[in-house]
Amino acid sequence: MSTPEGVTIVKTGEKGHFGGEILTVNFGPHHPSTHGVLRLIVDLDGEMIRGIKPVIGYLHTGIEKQMEALRWQQGVVVTDRHDYLSPPINNLAYALAVERLMGVEVPPRADALRVIMSELTRLSSHLVWMGTSGLELGAMSMLMYCFRERDTILDMNEEISGFRMHTSYIRPGGVFADATPRFLEMLDKFIGEMPGHIDEYEDLLTMNPIWRARTIGIGRLSPEDAKVLGATGPMLRGSGVAWDLRKTMPYSGYENYDFEVATSNDCDCYGRYLVRIREMREAVKILRQALDRLPDGPVNVDDRKMLPPPREELETSMEAVIHHFKLFTEGYSVPAGDVYVAVESGRGENGCYIVSDGTHKPRRVKFRAASFANLQALERMALNHMVADMIAIIGTADTVLGDVDR
Amino acid sequence: MGLEELAESLGQNVLTTTLGKVVGWGRGNSVWPAQFGLACCAIEMIATATAGVDIARFGSEAMRASPRQSDLLIVSGRVSQKMAPVLRTVFDQMPEPKWVISMGACASTGGVFNNYALLQGVDKIVPVDVYIPGCPPRPEDLLNALMILQERIKAQGIQPRQ
Ligand code: SF4
Repeated sequence: MSTPEGVTIVKTGEKGHFGGEILTVNFGPHHPSTHGVLRLIVDLDGEMIRGIKPVIGYLHTGIEKQMEALRWQQGVVVTDRHDYLSPPINNLAYALAVERLMGVEVPPRADALRVIMSELTRLSSHLVWMGTSGLELGAMSMLMYCFRERDTILDMNEEISGFRMHTSYIRPGGVFADATPRFLEMLDKFIGEMPGHIDEYEDLLTMNPIWRARTIGIGRLSPEDAKVLGATGPMLRGSGVAWDLRKTMPYSGYENYDFEVATSNDCDCYGRYLVRIREMREAVKILRQALDRLPDGPVNVDDRKMLPPPREELETSMEAVIHHFKLFTEGYSVPAGDVYVAVESGRGENGCYIVSDGTHKPRRVKFRAASFANLQALERMALNHMVADMIAIIGTADTVLGDVDR
Repeated sequence: MGLEELAESLGQNVLTTTLGKVVGWGRGNSVWPAQFGLACCAIEMIATATAGVDIARFGSEAMRASPRQSDLLIVSGRVSQKMAPVLRTVFDQMPEPKWVISMGACASTGGVFNNYALLQGVDKIVPVDVYIPGCPPRPEDLLNALMILQERIKAQGIQPRQ
């Protein structure tokens, strides 16, 4: 008998509730709906899921180890690439950690630009989530709508940093460059249009009978379980726990913005969808405030030991040349010590723990991956559901495998 | 000239060409990629399929979930040592003729990650036809690679790999 692609069936001989045998089925790592290279070993009793074991490591990139070989300012490039749906937020966690060890405060305009980039990233990350989840559950057109707006965001990334996805825009000491007038114009237009687009997504999904049938009551995670399993981000807030680092441990001036933490007491896939939709609306609100109140001034700290001098100075000042040379051959050193900083990404608590031994390279860098924590809740959500619901449940966790495996 | 008239005047005509050219033309314009995403580059691969750049204009929108139905493997992202055998299995499961695009710096050379975990270039395990630079390459880059591949397929004729 032939079995479908990528599925191996092993009979363990145990008896299930329905009198049949429990089958252990392999799922992935190459499977269209695993959001990357996730592999799951699933115990099936008929169509019922009785156990899921995630097997991870298929995208292990050695990012943390790689950071130890790079100078502090080079490390930014690598942080972009672990949670690849929210690069600027990863940059931010790393930059804040380095700044805290060095005792540096960035100017207010840099903080505002960091908030703008973070919220744009949150939007684009939720858009990718919504597009792909819609696609998997049969709402094919979602992908087209969501990627349309995502592309607008990427165009803005490109305008401000010169790159679409991995911007490396937020760096220790400030940001890469000031916002261009065209960027501010694009942002203003985007903020005006986005609420209408979010309504459009809601028209397509919120009351869609198929979407509701496939998500309501599916993947229940009680608030207690969510906390015990360390779930974070929309997974935690979808279970009614109002925990958002932007509110509870504000950074980069988030305490000055007026926004609400989206929660839902549904505790299921549909509730988490509603949380994400509301988060998108709140993100637009924050963007509007940030743009309207964007302070003037420099976007980088004025410290020649940390950031290179402006180009003009190189021609007139010997000291500037020396600083420039030192920075690009050796880099700066960070005082010995360790620090943990966490920021809220589209997936939850995105933390960065760094240890410095006082040299120009990190001793150790550890990323606290939100996806990794959320993946642990997978089994609890999927138990006693049908096999077909597993797709909705994997989707709702919004794991980025690059983040899980690093 | 209407279609009926065209059929009347030209419908009985004979074109002379080689079988290789016809087959190459057909294959080149219907390359079906395997739906096989690995890392960040895969997101740009998805973006290539969406309305903005629209890979369907080149006949490649049918991303197949099963390697047995696909002609093209787009290695979109970094391949870890653990993933390498899986990638090779997927490639082996694809029927001939098949082609490989190595998308992005990681797939081509290991990219910024020169370490123990990553395969330093997928060409160590699968034969690559087109490499795309970039981290990640823009969707337009992927389209460009596809067009280069199409030219190559058309030129290869009936027996691509000898
Ligand atoms: S080339 Fe760049 S974008 Fe592509 S997988 Fe590698 S790190 Fe990610």
